[in-house]
Amino acid sequence: MIKFITAILTALTTGAIYALMSTALVLVWRSTRIINFAQAGQAVLSTYIGYEITVRSESFWVGVLGAMVFGALLGAVIDRFFMRPIFKRIKSGPILMIAPVVATLGLLGIIQSVIGFKWGLTYQSLTAPVSTDGYTLFGRVIAFSPFNLLVVVFATASMLILTLLFQKTNIGLALRASAHSPEIARLSGIKVDLIRTLGWALAGAAGGLAGMLYIPSSYLYPNAMDVLLVFGFVAAVIGGLESLFGAVAGAMILGFAISFATSYVSEKLVFPMAFIMLIVVLLIKPAGLFSGKKSRRD
Amino acid sequence: MSLVVENLIIDHGAIRAINAVSFNVPTGKLTAVIGANGAGKTTLLRGLSGLKEIKSGKATWNGESIVGQKAENLARAGIMHVSDGKSVIAELTVRENLALTGLWRKDKKDVAAATEEVISLFPILGERMSQSGGSLSGGERQMLAIGRALIARPQLLLLDEPSLGLAPLIVDQIFTSIKKFVTTMNLTVVLVEQNAMGALAIADEGVVLNLGRVVGVDSAENLLNDPAVRAAYLGY
Repeated sequence: MIKFITAILTALTTGAIYALMSTALVLVWRSTRIINFAQAGQAVLSTYIGYEITVRSESFWVGVLGAMVFGALLGAVIDRFFMRPIFKRIKSGPILMIAPVVATLGLLGIIQSVIGFKWGLTYQSLTAPVSTDGYTLFGRVIAFSPFNLLVVVFATASMLILTLLFQKTNIGLALRASAHSPEIARLSGIKVDLIRTLGWALAGAAGGLAGMLYIPSSYLYPNAMDVLLVFGFVAAVIGGLESLFGAVAGAMILGFAISFATSYVSEKLVFPMAFIMLIVVLLIKPAGLFSGKKSRRD
Repeated sequence: MSLVVENLIIDHGAIRAINAVSFNVPTGKLTAVIGANGAGKTTLLRGLSGLKEIKSGKATWNGESIVGQKAENLARAGIMHVSDGKSVIAELTVRENLALTGLWRKDKKDVAAATEEVISLFPILGERMSQSGGSLSGGERQMLAIGRALIARPQLLLLDEPSLGLAPLIVDQIFTSIKKFVTTMNLTVVLVEQNAMGALAIADEGVVLNLGRVVGVDSAENLLNDPAVRAAYLGY
């Protein structure tokens, strides 16, 4: 019973972090049709900034805010001064498919090298604002701590805020219109380029938050978020890449699959499980589980 | 004070889609641009609305050049292009589709008033407000696309084949409403159509396009009675 409850709680915690990463990937994909491999670098650099701010301000919360603001700015700068000029030059042809992949992978390498120069290739630890000791349930300590609870609450709240932004505000309407049909949006007078940059900024902020919520349970080093990029990507693909709802649902499905496989079968199943899920979904429904028009409720 | 196009050249890949095209569209008038499939009608409109790069030549609206401007800025300046076919965002509701052209407008009161006017022009849209754009019929989509453009309070409306793929009865209805709002809203309209008969019937002026060149400019009435135009485009 305790094993079962722990598995559920672990699934929620990891699912929440995956959801932030998959949301970041989906936000960029929707607005610019780019799978942003640099997301791992952006998120980890934002977390380094958040770490520095936390150390100086002695407040984890100021650090979170700093990481999110920096992440948003970095995302906007990358789109405006890196991606947009690239796409201005390439209008069509096979290179249009390859260029974004190469560009974002290159950017990932650049960002991680910069981190290496500045902070070195060592492991640093970011102290959580609340206890990371597991709660006690029926006299036994379980693998779910107050910090894990905080992660779930924060991730859920940020998803709700994002959903409200998309569904209830004018900016959200402009974001959705630009994602679904850039041409009609332009012809309606919407500044699509600006809206795309905003998509990158929101993604950057989500990545910064993901880093700040993940790193206290791990260590901070240049490649710390690479693993999460993989899980976030798998979750986004399971969810169909197009909708925020799909990104969160995909992340939760992945979180549960991994958590139950590792607690009931083997600890070694973390990575295999992610790819088994990916392959199964691609075989059954190549467009993702939530790509159909009816479930498109982003 | 009008749309003036001079020696316009637009390439479509390796093909010269618009070749040294010149014509004037007088203010407050409905000008039909007719021609067969592949005449360059759609490319011409895409050039004028900033979607397609203009290779050379001049195009001015009220004396100001529109060449090289971004589509969204031209839209905000009052040049609204309703692109061909299904110019509706299927994933958004009718209400959201209509709201797009009001997002950036400062005068929110007038946006509300314009929306009311559009709904009284196309009452069916009022009944479908919460439905998705994708659930509409072809005729309703066309009404939604035109209605959305009108909410921006445009001065120049570029309509690309509003009759495309619609039943004759719906085409009549759409043409009648176009005629109606052109007179009541004091709009200047460029109506690109393969349906030459229907377009010329409601137009004031006409431009005949063939393989990227202007082959005839006259009043719509004269074009309707021109034996050569009748033989080539009206089919009798």
